[in-house]
Formats: sequence, structure tokens, C-alpha cells
Amino acid sequence: MESIITIRNLSKTYSTGLLALNNINLDIHKGEIFALLGPNGAGKTTLISIICGIVTPGEGDVTVDKHDIVLNFRAARSMIGLVPQELSIATFESVLTTMNFSRGLFGKPSNPVYIESVLRDLSLWDKRDERIVNLSGGMKRRVLIAKALAHEPKILFLDEPTAGIDVEQRRGMWNMVRRLRDSGVTIILTTHYIEEAEEMADRIGVINDGQISVIEEKTVLMNKLGKKQLALTLQHPLKSLPDELAGYPLELSQDGEVLVFTFDVQKEHTGISELLRKLSQFGIDFKDLHSSQSSLEDIFVSLVRDKS
Amino acid sequence: MNIYAIRAIYVFEMSRTWRTLMESIASPILTTSLYFIVFGAAIGSRMGDIDGISYGSFIIPGLLMLSLLGESISNASFGIYFPKFSGTIYEVLSAPVSPVEVVIGYVGAAASKSLIIGGLILITARFFVDYQIMHPVMMVSFLLLTAISFSLFGFIIGLWADDFQKLQIIPMMVITPLTFLGGAFYSISMLPPFWQKVTLFNPVVYLISGFRWSFYGVADVNVGISLAMIMVFMLLCLTGIWWIFKTGYRLKN
Ligand SMILES: Nc1ncnc2c1ncn2[C@@H]1O[C@H](COP(=O)(O)OP(=O)(O)O)[C@@H](O)[C@H]1O
Ligand SMILES: [Mg+2]
Repeated sequence: MESIITIRNLSKTYSTGLLALNNINLDIHKGEIFALLGPNGAGKTTLISIICGIVTPGEGDVTVDKHDIVLNFRAARSMIGLVPQELSIATFESVLTTMNFSRGLFGKPSNPVYIESVLRDLSLWDKRDERIVNLSGGMKRRVLIAKALAHEPKILFLDEPTAGIDVEQRRGMWNMVRRLRDSGVTIILTTHYIEEAEEMADRIGVINDGQISVIEEKTVLMNKLGKKQLALTLQHPLKSLPDELAGYPLELSQDGEVLVFTFDVQKEHTGISELLRKLSQFGIDFKDLHSSQSSLEDIFVSLVRDKS
Repeated sequence: MNIYAIRAIYVFEMSRTWRTLMESIASPILTTSLYFIVFGAAIGSRMGDIDGISYGSFIIPGLLMLSLLGESISNASFGIYFPKFSGTIYEVLSAPVSPVEVVIGYVGAAASKSLIIGGLILITARFFVDYQIMHPVMMVSFLLLTAISFSLFGFIIGLWADDFQKLQIIPMMVITPLTFLGGAFYSISMLPPFWQKVTLFNPVVYLISGFRWSFYGVADVNVGISLAMIMVFMLLCLTGIWWIFKTGYRLKN
């Protein structure tokens, strides 16, 4: 996989003394959707802000398409579009004016045809002459996206793109992001919604307390860390587990009717057949069974909990 | 050089000027007109000539400088303070622009705006008093240099300020007294000898004196020194801005 952003040993301490990033190593692959998943205060915005040039890096190196973000900032930044977390936008300008400003700022000659296509794609064309102050929150966010795309970037950062927007708009946003990826743009989005990472990402990085604990293909991550549970509904309720089964990862429900066995999908020997043999040995019959796999959410929660 | 970026910033800033035309342009012109009516036409007619120049004409260069300084500082400081305040500065910081280009865009727009206002004041003055311009090239140079260096100064204030109060405190507490005591309304030679010496520590004295020389050929201090002083001030401001961008002071965390 060709890497388009390379982050090596990146650390950042704010002037307050807070260590916001702690030795980050990360490669973003060309053309992927990468989700940076982490709770509030994990360091997601800090990481993005350093790559984009808004926060000064501490130690370490970052390159964008082999251009060092400090030494060769022009080449690096020209490739990047950023949609910030906050709705920071000059509100008295019209949509079109602010688009042209963004494009010019990134060193591109005006291109009305391209600007029109971006605005149409984001359903903003009808609003092109409207002052931004008159637009709804969802539209403002789309204007921010349009601004970020105004200079035809190869990489797009979306910092919590769906925070505070409703479900329907969220779907629309996701579709737009996929269309962008299909057009060859590499996308890095941050989110603290697991659903979003699960839905959108090709790969997921989990960040917590300024450290990246996992970077994986989404599917691999889910398989690798996913625990499966086997729930057995018993013929006759049990008062307690027989002592002989004490060593097993078994849990008995409150009413004694359901026995839950947790196992690792990764392991070659899940221990299921052994368990079933043991159960019949003790005369414990069951009338139903079903298995379930934990979602990314469970994985995430357990990861974050393990850390702290 | 990212010319497109400079142009984008410049155009954006100027469009703010046109949008707020009344506050931006009308109010300084109105204020100066009032000065002319009160000091030029009303009180001036009771005052004797200074250095052979009628009082109304004598105060024109000083008044012009007064507006030019104030406007340059407030335009430039507000121009950069506001994006910082509203958060839109992220876009400039993330763009492939160098500090030099950012400064040219913002300071260029602020200086242009105050030059426009200066020009309009000069035209307005025609309606109240008579004046001549003996050294037009020098006059324009003084205008340009002053507009640019005080816009640079305003830019520094805008970068430094982290609330609206700080934005206004330097223009109010420092610049206004210095300009009023800088010989806009009197010739330094009218002061007692001791205060004549003290007043030479006021940089605005050199500005107004040199500027008045370009109008009427009379000056309180040598014109060369006036020019040198303004150049030094400009250099100081440029150094300050260079340092701010180098360290990221108040711009980046
Ligand atoms: N400008 C700043 N100065 C000091 N601390 C900051 C600053 N910005 C963020 N932080 C702190 O750094 C940590 C990471 O913040 P941030 O990157 O915004 O997290 P996230 O985007 O994942 O919510 C937090 O503890 C936050 O309080
Ligand atoms: Mg954040």
C-alpha cells in the first residue's frame, strides 16, 4: 500500500504542559477512508491540526506525499483540505465569495466550472449568493466542506463531520464522503461515534490519551478483537454453576435459565465442543442456543477501559 | 510567491470595507470635516498665521496624519484580530501561504483603505480651507510610508490582542495622545524651550513635521530625519512581525 501521509514519533506538549500526543506513528494509505476513533480529549483534533499547519508540531516528523510539513509546507498543504470541528466561518460573506477566497488562498486560479460542480454536489448551488449567516447549521457545515474542496485537494480531513447533525443528514454526508473517495481523494475523518467508523472506514485507528493503541483494517479489527458469545437457554433453571465448571468463562443469568459462554474467535480451540461434552456429562440440557459477535463499540469500550 | 493568496486576502479585506462603507469611510471623513469646521473655519479665523501659513491650512497635514495613523492601526488590527477571534484564521494557517504573503495581503488592504480615506479627507478639506502641495512626490511618499508602517503596527496589535479591550487600548492610550501632542495643531517652536526638547521623543512629531514640509516647505525638524524616523519605525514593526511568525506567538499553539 502506498502511503500518502507518514507520521513518525510525533509528540506534542501544549504550553499548559499537557501532553496531547504521545509518540504517534501512523501511515495513511493513498485512496482510503481512515477513521480516527477516540473519546473527547483524546488528541484527534491536535493530530489533524499539526498535519494541517494550525498547531506547531512538537517532536517527530510528518510528511505529506513525501513533503515535510514544515520544511516544504507549500507542497504539503496544497494537497490538503480541512473541514474543522468548529463551525468557524466568515458569516457576512456569500457562499460564492467565501469559496473563491478559499481557492485563491490555496494558490489556484479561479475556476467557476469546478466551483459550481462542488456546490451542486453539496446541494449549495441554489444558495450561492446567500450570506452564510442566513444558512442553517447543516448547510454551514456543507459550506465548510465546499471550502475545503475549493482547491481540489488530494487529501481531505474531516474533523467530527457529523457531530450535531441529524441521522438523515449523516447518511447524506457519508454518501458524499464515499463519492469523494471514489474520485480518488484520501479521507481522514475523526469521530467518537463508533457507528460512523464502522460504517465508513476502510481502516480504523483508535486514539486515547494521545496514544494510538490500534491501527487495523476495519474487518480485521472486528475479527481479531471480536469476542463471540454463545448463549444456551437451559431446559431446567440452575441455582448455581457446578463446581467442576468453575474454570470456564461461563456466566449464569439471574434467573438461572441462560448460560453464557464467551470465547475468542481467533483461538483455534474455542472450547465449545469440550464445554458441550461437559454439560451433558453433568446432565445439563438446553433447549436453544445462539451465538453473537461483539460490535466495534464493545471493542472500543474495552480498549479504552484497558488503557485507563 | 503565492500571488493568488495575496490577492484573495486583499480582495476579501477590501470587500469588508465596501460592505461597511458607512463606518469604514464616511465616519472618518465626517470627523475630520468637523475638525476643519471647528479649528479651521471657526477658531482658525481668530488665530494668527503660523510660519506664514493660515491656521486652517496649517492643521491640514496634521489632521490628515491623525486619521491616517488611526485608520491604519484600526484597519490592520481588526483585520487580523477578527479571524483570530472568530476562528476563521484556521484557513489562513492551513493554506500554503508564507507569513510574508499573509502580511502583504492584510497590511496591503489596511494601508489601501486608509490611503483612500486620506485622499478623501484631502478632497474634503478643499471645501473648507485652501492649501497647496509644494512637494507632491514627497507628500505621497510620506502618505505611503505612514500608511504601511502603521498598518504593520496595527497588525502586530491585532496579533497580540486577545480581547477587544486590548485591541483598542494602544490606539486610545498611546497613539491619540502622541498625535495630539505631535504638533498637529501647533508648531513646536510655540512650546517653551524645555517642552520643545521633550517633544522630540515623540515619534509622531517627525511624521507631522515632515508631512507638513511636503505641503508648505516649512518643518519643525529636518525632513531627512523625519524620513529616517519613519523608516526605522517600519523596520521595527517588520522585525516584530517576523518574530511573531517565527515563534507562532499568539497564532499557533
Ligand atoms: N490550545 C490548547 N492548549 C492546551 N491544551 C489543549 C489545547 N487544545 C487542546 N488541548 C488539550 O489537548 C487534549 C487533546 O485535545 P483535542 O486534540 O482537541 O482532542 P479531541 O479532538 O480528540 O477531542 C485535551 O486534553 C485538550 O484539553
Ligand atoms: Mg476534536
